[in-house]
Amino acid sequence: MDSVVLLRPVPDPVEELEINDDGSDLDRDYLGYVLNEFDDHALEEAILLKEASGGSVTVLGLGSADEMEQILYTALAKGADEAVKLGDDIGHLDVRSQAAAFASALDGRSYDLIFTGVQAADELDGQLSVRVAARLGIPHVSVVVGARAGAGSVTVTKEFWGGVTADYEVQTPAVLGVQAAKQAPRYVAVSLIRQAQQSGALSEEDIETPDEGPGIRLVAVRVPESGEGAEMIQGDETEAAERIIEIIKGAS
Amino acid sequence: MSDVFVAVEHLQGEVTDISFELLAMARGLADQVGGDVIAGLVGSGVGDMAGRLGGADKILVVDDPAFENFSPDGHAMAFSAMAGDASIVLVPYTSMGMDVASAMSESSGTPLVSFCSSVSLDGGIGATCQLYAGKIEGDVEIDGDKAIFAVLAGSASAEGGKSGGAGVVETMDSPVGDLRTRFLGLSEPEGGDVDITAEDVLVVVGRGIESQDNIAEAQELADALGGALAASRPIIDQGWLPKTRQVGKSGLTVKPKVYLTLGVSGAPEHVEGMKDSATIISINTDPQAPIFGVAHYGWVGDIFDIMPELIDGLE
Ligand SMILES: Cc1cc2nc3c(=O)[nH]c(=O)nc-3n(C[C@H](O)[C@H](O)[C@H](O)COP(=O)(O)OP(=O)(O)OC[C@H]3O[C@@H](n4cnc5c(N)ncnc54)[C@H](O)[C@@H]3O)c2cc1C
Ligand SMILES: Nc1ncnc2c1ncn2[C@@H]1O[C@H](COP(=O)(O)O)[C@@H](O)[C@H]1O
Repeated sequence: MDSVVLLRPVPDPVEELEINDDGSDLDRDYLGYVLNEFDDHALEEAILLKEASGGSVTVLGLGSADEMEQILYTALAKGADEAVKLGDDIGHLDVRSQAAAFASALDGRSYDLIFTGVQAADELDGQLSVRVAARLGIPHVSVVVGARAGAGSVTVTKEFWGGVTADYEVQTPAVLGVQAAKQAPRYVAVSLIRQAQQSGALSEEDIETPDEGPGIRLVAVRVPESGEGAEMIQGDETEAAERIIEIIKGAS
Repeated sequence: MSDVFVAVEHLQGEVTDISFELLAMARGLADQVGGDVIAGLVGSGVGDMAGRLGGADKILVVDDPAFENFSPDGHAMAFSAMAGDASIVLVPYTSMGMDVASAMSESSGTPLVSFCSSVSLDGGIGATCQLYAGKIEGDVEIDGDKAIFAVLAGSASAEGGKSGGAGVVETMDSPVGDLRTRFLGLSEPEGGDVDITAEDVLVVVGRGIESQDNIAEAQELADALGGALAASRPIIDQGWLPKTRQVGKSGLTVKPKVYLTLGVSGAPEHVEGMKDSATIISINTDPQAPIFGVAHYGWVGDIFDIMPELIDGLE
């Protein structure tokens, strides 16, 4: 199976998110970006599939975040064969436009499976995996927790709730929105990332800046009132522990 | 037409709570614009279930053996056909909805808003949604007079969606073509040692626990409280605790007397599985963590500082 993995950087979830001056979006100037965690699982699943049944893995990274190259080199070090950086000068895109960009980059490539994260923290207007599938006219499965290769098809495990899963036989090519890989995404040594930087396996491809417009406008963003309705316990850990034990004893 | 369409979800023969929540939400919206609430029900042998959707004015049913099980492409096709020209479409933001909502948006060209917690029709169509794992709340306005909303669980009361409509059932032809995703079978997780849905006290670890080695200390705390250990999804994905300990959208829904979180951020997918717990106490180093928005008590600080104090204090 030949796989393509679509990668998107998202604002680093451990950083404090600041709102811009007119309150209409995040202040993106100083944001640090990391690979969307579900995309990391998508990459892992694609590499596991290659290790189990052969084939290749190509990663496509969209967007101009400074961190993009590092993300792509890391993917190569983990086991991807080829990495392509798309649209160097593209700013923040809505999901419809992201789907258009990936679909045009996929045009002319051959693949059996396309993997991407089931969601990203900023997918305000829907999911990339399903939108890409619709544009390519191929099937999709979301909330995937495993894929196994067969002849002309793939068996995909989709998760419902409480750990209940269903297996589907899916015609290829198809797009899979990955929730979790069969195993946690691997770590990779810095030395291997350095090797990947020398490998020449990263290329850049220009794409037209798609701007479909999502049909929706974000008019205001805010940090929700934290601790709204919650009693915030003051004091150091000893005092807080005492108070928490008191609360638990009263409640249970 | 200013009708409001709800894509109904059912699991193992039962209409899910979130479907009733959406029907309740739909009623409020339909009343405002003078339209009907239309429920779409897709399945095989679902006649009985249609009778339980009296919260809707009209229940469109596609009853076809091909839909005995959820089909990512098939259900999207069926719901698209059913929604017709309803101006507002509500889809549950669940595993099913994640395959359906974006596909409906692509096939109709109607804008879609995900992660919605409320929809408003005051002066145009708008919604409030949660972004960046609940760290940011946003208000959205729609260009145009139609929209699809993928709505988070817990956005309305399920009770409000169980009655109050005309409840007329109408059967539709099955629109199904060639399904490219063929259902093979369901599997349930192996039963665990502990049933977290039956515990009075849950100590719940999140990514803040940092490593598998630290799980033992949290277990010790759970033991000292006479409770059980549960976790957020990343802990399960790492293989540090079994799947049966996961709370949330793709895990279990729990309502213990005490829910004590250690290093859980409070992403919407986690919150929907625990928000009805009687007393929620949360510990997190980040004062902005969304978990403090649902907790009854919070302490901003390091779990590794407070865990030993809690264990000592309980001895
Ligand atoms: C379809 C789908 C289904 C999902 N289903 C579920 C589900 O069922 N259950 C679920 O939980 N998630 C689910 N998720 C994942 C969810 O989106 C979040 O990724 C997840 O809940 C985050 O887990 P967390 O809070 O442990 O980790 P993080 O969000 O990384 O939060 C860790 C928190 O720990 C704090 N912290 C770090 N160190 C310390 C310390 N020393 N002391 C105190 N605090 C500390 C940090 O400030 C942070 O707030 C699902 C996602 C999708 C897309
Ligand atoms: N809206 C839906 N319509 C039909 N089946 C669904 C739907 N949502 C989920 N399913 C799946 O279909 C299976 C069969 O549903 P049921 O006929 O209710 O037992 C369920 O266990 C789910 O896996």
